Amino acid sequence: MEQLKTIGRELAMGSQGGGWTGQSKEFLDLVKSIGEARSKAEEDRIILREIESLRRRIGEPDVPRRRMKEYIIRLVYAEMLGHDASFGYIHAVKMTHDDSLSLKRTGYLAVTLFLSDDHDLIILIVNTIQKDLRSDNYLIVCAALTAACKLINEETIPAVLPQVVDLLAHPKEAVRKKAVMALHRFYQRSPASVSHLISNFRKRLCDNDPGVMGATLFPLFDLITADVNSYKDLVISFVSILKQVAERRLPKVYDYHQMPAPFIQIKLLKILALLGSGDKQASGHIYNVLGDIFRKCESSSNIGNAVLYECICCVSSIYPNAKVLDAAAESTSKFLKACLLFSDSHNLKYMGIDALRRLIKINPDIAEEHQLAVIDCLEDPDDTLKRKTFELLYKMTKSTNVEVIVDRMIDYMISINDNHYKTEIASRCVELAEQFAPSNQWFIQFSVSNNFTFQTMNKVFEHAGDLLNVRVAHNLMRLIAEGFGEDDEGADSQLRSSAVNSYLRILGEPKLPSLFLQVICWVLGEYGTADGKYSASYIIGKLCDVTEAHLCNDTVKAYSISAIMKICAFEITAGRNVEMLPECQSLIDELSASHSTDLQQRAYELQALLCLDSQAVESVMPLDASCEDIEVDRNLSFLNSFVQQSIEKGARPYSPESERSGTFSVSNYKSQYQHEASSHTLRFEAYELPKPSPTPATPQISVSTRTTDLVPVLETTYYTENNQASKLPPVSDASSADHGIKLHLDGVQKKWGRPTYSSSSSSTSSSEKKTNGVTHIDGVRSQSRGTLYDTKGQQSEVTAEKQKLAASLFGASAGKNEKKPASTQRVPKANTVTAERPGVPRAISPEISKQKAASSPPPDLLDLGEPITTTTPTIDPFEQLEGLIGPTPGPSTLDNSVTTSEQKAPDLMALYTDTPPSSSSSISSALGDIHSTDKNSQMAKNVPSIKKGPNPQDSLQKDATARHVGVTPTGNNPNLFRDLLG
Amino acid sequence: MGIRFVLLVNKQGQTRLAQYYAEHLTLDERRALEGEIVRKCLARTDQQCSFVEHRNYKIVYRRYASLFFLVGVDNDENELAILEFIHLFVETMDRHFGNVCELDIMFHLEKAHFMLEEMVMNGCIVETSKSNILMPIQLMDKAS
Repeated sequence: MEQLKTIGRELAMGSQGGGWTGQSKEFLDLVKSIGEARSKAEEDRIILREIESLRRRIGEPDVPRRRMKEYIIRLVYAEMLGHDASFGYIHAVKMTHDDSLSLKRTGYLAVTLFLSDDHDLIILIVNTIQKDLRSDNYLIVCAALTAACKLINEETIPAVLPQVVDLLAHPKEAVRKKAVMALHRFYQRSPASVSHLISNFRKRLCDNDPGVMGATLFPLFDLITADVNSYKDLVISFVSILKQVAERRLPKVYDYHQMPAPFIQIKLLKILALLGSGDKQASGHIYNVLGDIFRKCESSSNIGNAVLYECICCVSSIYPNAKVLDAAAESTSKFLKACLLFSDSHNLKYMGIDALRRLIKINPDIAEEHQLAVIDCLEDPDDTLKRKTFELLYKMTKSTNVEVIVDRMIDYMISINDNHYKTEIASRCVELAEQFAPSNQWFIQFSVSNNFTFQTMNKVFEHAGDLLNVRVAHNLMRLIAEGFGEDDEGADSQLRSSAVNSYLRILGEPKLPSLFLQVICWVLGEYGTADGKYSASYIIGKLCDVTEAHLCNDTVKAYSISAIMKICAFEITAGRNVEMLPECQSLIDELSASHSTDLQQRAYELQALLCLDSQAVESVMPLDASCEDIEVDRNLSFLNSFVQQSIEKGARPYSPESERSGTFSVSNYKSQYQHEASSHTLRFEAYELPKPSPTPATPQISVSTRTTDLVPVLETTYYTENNQASKLPPVSDASSADHGIKLHLDGVQKKWGRPTYSSSSSSTSSSEKKTNGVTHIDGVRSQSRGTLYDTKGQQSEVTAEKQKLAASLFGASAGKNEKKPASTQRVPKANTVTAERPGVPRAISPEISKQKAASSPPPDLLDLGEPITTTTPTIDPFEQLEGLIGPTPGPSTLDNSVTTSEQKAPDLMALYTDTPPSSSSSISSALGDIHSTDKNSQMAKNVPSIKKGPNPQDSLQKDATARHVGVTPTGNNPNLFRDLLG
Repeated sequence: MGIRFVLLVNKQGQTRLAQYYAEHLTLDERRALEGEIVRKCLARTDQQCSFVEHRNYKIVYRRYASLFFLVGVDNDENELAILEFIHLFVETMDRHFGNVCELDIMFHLEKAHFMLEEMVMNGCIVETSKSNILMPIQLMDKAS
């Protein structure tokens, strides 16, 4: 009976369905030769030859229409394989005029593939589309609407808009659906042009046809994204639709693998996530239906998991509710547990990690349960999974695990080449390091972690320096300068000398990012000679080397010469003689003649400084004063006497900015200039005398880290600043000094500063600091346990290591509950946690691995398509399992015993359905579900095994047809004939 | 936007079908993009997950015999659902061609495109019922 049905189906499909008849020999030959091309070069040769012949023949008069269609498809091939076929575009456009639906659609297809929506030829098609939209044949209308989605641009929208709107009420649901999507496209192109038609989407949401309703969700999603509040009233409608879908009220045709309309469910969940976000009332309506779906959805199929994942996303977005949150956590556990049991379900791992990342911001405790799974993913060789896991770790960083996490991130950052991602991860490292910088108690621990921050920064700089923001460099200098505050000078100087030491060492490296060099120069200048370990001339020599090695970088030179100046100043202050090294002298000479005025100034200042006596030098450059506050006299009171004098002499008094020209400011100086220029009258009164600008004030204000630097550190901003200042009326310098702060410190202070340390971390830091010590002890413990396991083999050692890592990553959260740092209390708990958890995978994994080793050699994964000839007489479930995951064993091995054992398999295999294509049997059962109207599993298995089963007769038949039409698989690419699902 | 492109390549990296939704790319851009993606995805093993992050979007891919189906999606797309969308596409072709293979798609490139046109508009999955997808194509065959 079933057999008859299958045959009937194939008959109904007719010759067009399966065979390759109806096409010319030429076309078949072309496709065949492309299919068998062994290299890109060969393929290119074939296509170029083809283009030549088409160019010749497509323009001939009276090409039969069918033949023309073939030509057009050959053009599509040429373009698809990367060759220009623009000579044929016009013929594709012509074909859209054809009366035959098949030709017209081919024409439209080719045009949408060839042309962008701003191409010149589009204008020729708009007319055709207009005409076709009026057609009586709804298929032609559909074709025109499909083309309209791709081809109509902003200018041509008005030409078709009225017709598209009319079609929203077309009796055919397919037309209504496509009209909705065309309108959606117009909205995407130019929201203003359809803004008055938006209510139509709301109307279509109530369409009788589920397809139209489903399509309407896309424009509504876009509209809701743009403006949530106008659509809050639809929450109840969406919820009721979702409920109906979940209760299988939709026609069966929308089922996919027994799941009712999953794609519509997913879209609805996305919309509800938007509407419920931060809205308690709206979320209240959603909980129920979410609970229903969590209950009903089976996690055994891929599509079921897709819906579950979308539910989790929705839960994490809407106002939290304990019940659905539990359900979401449970589903997440299922995802992650699946990967503890079956190490291959990588897709589920990925989804599980992502779900965890979303849930963790609502309830951080959820992650605890999944320590080992997370670590598994972190150590996975798969890059995608690793990145996802880093995203999760980034979200769950605390002061207790920050060291481990940042270490991992840095290792990973060093290992990758992708600059895009490198930048991202580098800035994350820095952010974490800053965020968890220490506060001002327990200084030993702090020095540990401050050093940690410091080392982190160094590593980040060394490897991603060029990708980082300048702000980060300033933060690092700040960290070194400020240290831990006045209580513990010892630790400060320890940090500084370690900084100097490591930087002197790092300077030996051949290539360093410029930003990092700037930091190094600054640190050497400030603290190079502070602990007396290095002589001034040694440091100066090093600094000279830096400038020599980086000839073209002015910023580094500026930093370097300023550093040299500081060292000289300190030496003079200390009463020692500064002996000028020859290379230093030549550097000064070189810079005095530099094109950069900033470098020149610095060089001259240095020379001037060398001539001063020690007292003057000390007041200009006091030792270690980078952290002193700078008093800025905004009123410039020291100029008062001078101003008074001038006024007495008859100068005009200062009038405030606002009185002069309204909004005049630094930035719109230009407009003021134009304003002046526009008044064409001659000025007869003398120009005001320029008041001497308070030059010494500007640089002082601008350098915030170092009071007495004569020159600002960052000369780029200094430049612009100076330029602006010189153009401005001199008195307004006072206000421009506001902009003159050279280091970008806004918003930074809270992060490094000791007393103003951010509230959240300072409140928890004391308790967490204690547990920090504990985790270390913990780590040692598990290591010793690891040695115990050694007797059991390597595997347990690996898990012990993982446990260690888990303890350091998650131990913090476990320890958070008990505030006491007493290690004796904590250890047993940690032991049970870490010892029990791995028990699950350990029990199973050796067995699996043994089985794997025993069975046939690991198949070549890349050659999935090739039949594997190894036949194994005995069938055990594990091999079966492997066969299903991996490549298909030869179809002939599927005998009765296989099929019976297979019936047991689905339980296990259900979790693997992301790789069904590799197994003929599992896919056939999947297909069976769809094809058979009966749910009887026995039938479902039988039907497809006849239809697609082993040793496919169909393929033979197809092969015969191929030979018949002259296409033979000549061995180069036998896969061409292999069934995709076989 | 959702889906940015659908790409079919065989395991030698030869393109068998390409459809872009987000924007129209020039030939050179397309060639560069396809080369990059294909290199990235074909190098992966079965032990790795079916998702690859690339530039500012993700690629979800699935292998059927000698053909790779690569779908580029925006970052907020549900990856598992896209994986199933690929499978639905293959099932639909399978229903139409019967034991669909690479050559079927090569000989009936336009039909594969038509099916995709029914399933995806503006990068959104608008039709998932196999009978609805295939009906216009069968009617068209009958008419011609």
